[in-house]
Amino acid sequence: MEELGKRAMTGDIRAVSRLIRNIEDQVPNTHEAIKHIFPFTGRAHVVGITGAPGAGKSTLTDQLICSIRKQNKTVGVMAVDPSSPFTGGALLGDRIRMVRHSEDPGVFVRSLATRGAMGGLSKAVGDGIHVLDVMGKDVIIVETVGVGQQEVDIINHAHTVLVVLVPGMGDEVQAIKAGLMEVADIFIINKADREGARKLYKETLSMLDMGNFPSGWRPPIVMVESNLEPHSFAKSVDELWEKIEEHYQFLRDNDLLQERAQLKVQTEINDALRSAILEPILNRLIETGEFDKMVQRLMKKETDPYTLAAEVAEKFLVK
Amino acid sequence: MAKKIRILLAKPGLDGHDRGAKVLARCFRDAGFEVIYTGCHNTPEQIANAAIQEDVDVVGLSCLSGAHTYLYPEVVQQLRSRGADDITVIGGGIIPDRDFQPLYDAGIKAIFTPGATLDSIVDWINTNIAAKE
Repeated sequence: MEELGKRAMTGDIRAVSRLIRNIEDQVPNTHEAIKHIFPFTGRAHVVGITGAPGAGKSTLTDQLICSIRKQNKTVGVMAVDPSSPFTGGALLGDRIRMVRHSEDPGVFVRSLATRGAMGGLSKAVGDGIHVLDVMGKDVIIVETVGVGQQEVDIINHAHTVLVVLVPGMGDEVQAIKAGLMEVADIFIINKADREGARKLYKETLSMLDMGNFPSGWRPPIVMVESNLEPHSFAKSVDELWEKIEEHYQFLRDNDLLQERAQLKVQTEINDALRSAILEPILNRLIETGEFDKMVQRLMKKETDPYTLAAEVAEKFLVK
Repeated sequence: MAKKIRILLAKPGLDGHDRGAKVLARCFRDAGFEVIYTGCHNTPEQIANAAIQEDVDVVGLSCLSGAHTYLYPEVVQQLRSRGADDITVIGGGIIPDRDFQPLYDAGIKAIFTPGATLDSIVDWINTNIAAKE
């Protein structure tokens, strides 16, 4: 498995994609590969792109790849779509918008299913970023599933978060709610040729006017018009890429990159503890049939979840 | 976590009739597979590169234009030239009986034509494809 990590670091596409798959499948010993590459991570600029379903995230990502490639920088993309809660299957369709980059060796695109993760990403995104980072990609774009108001895990992984808004999604109260609207480093108003775009712009602006920005970065609002006008679409996405670079430079100039990196590290240790401590215990309970017994006891109201949890903790954790 | 079978579904060449591919995408999703759908007008090079980047077990090709005898073997060749001959290629569409054997000879592992049930396609995949280690 360490070998796979070494090959991924040389830019071997098959090794990279297999490693990401092993991370997704939680193949035993995949950690060995991550251990090997971890010291070499932290070089790439990670850009998150999030927003409602159909807001235009994939189309924007496709055009952003063009803007980035014009500067001869290489790009890795991880695009997340939902898994079915019923069958576990998934239809991953983000790649349709990015097919034209499939023959460019400077671009690597990978689709991931959420596989039950609730925060708008897949559990594999954190380590996946490490893999694309060490394979040498300059910029990594992480496209979240179409989100509602609350799925903001992307802030734990990205240096620059883009929130894509479209006209017609609600009144100005939506703009001042907590959650999604708070996490943007850059707002994009997409489909800005549509009715309601000016109103949305004003509402977003007045929301920003009410805020204070302790870091000193006030999120800009970038208007992007229909991709049916290829020239003006490309131009506004070029401008968007300039803003993204400006934000990254701002983080660097103000020693704020470390803060973002710390969020990621906290998430990683949290996840690693879960997989090292909680998951083995759960697996054990399931294997021995104790889990089923606990379910039955709860169904009969013989006990409650907290008492059960305390019993399990008593049994497995050494104080 | 159980391993998932991953499938790339693509329409090579100049053919925009994607109803069948979409029905299959939905059906594979419901069968518990992870389906990457790349849409219409893909080149064999794009399909091979996408299949490798996505690390799929199977590539499913749909073509109704009559160009399957060129396009399907070309996808197999492109995969081979990238050292990815472990990825299984299957195809469907309006394919005359006489084309079956040449396609099998070129490395297409299964062919499904109009009348094939969705269940028979899912069964074939479940029987012949084990998700990779």
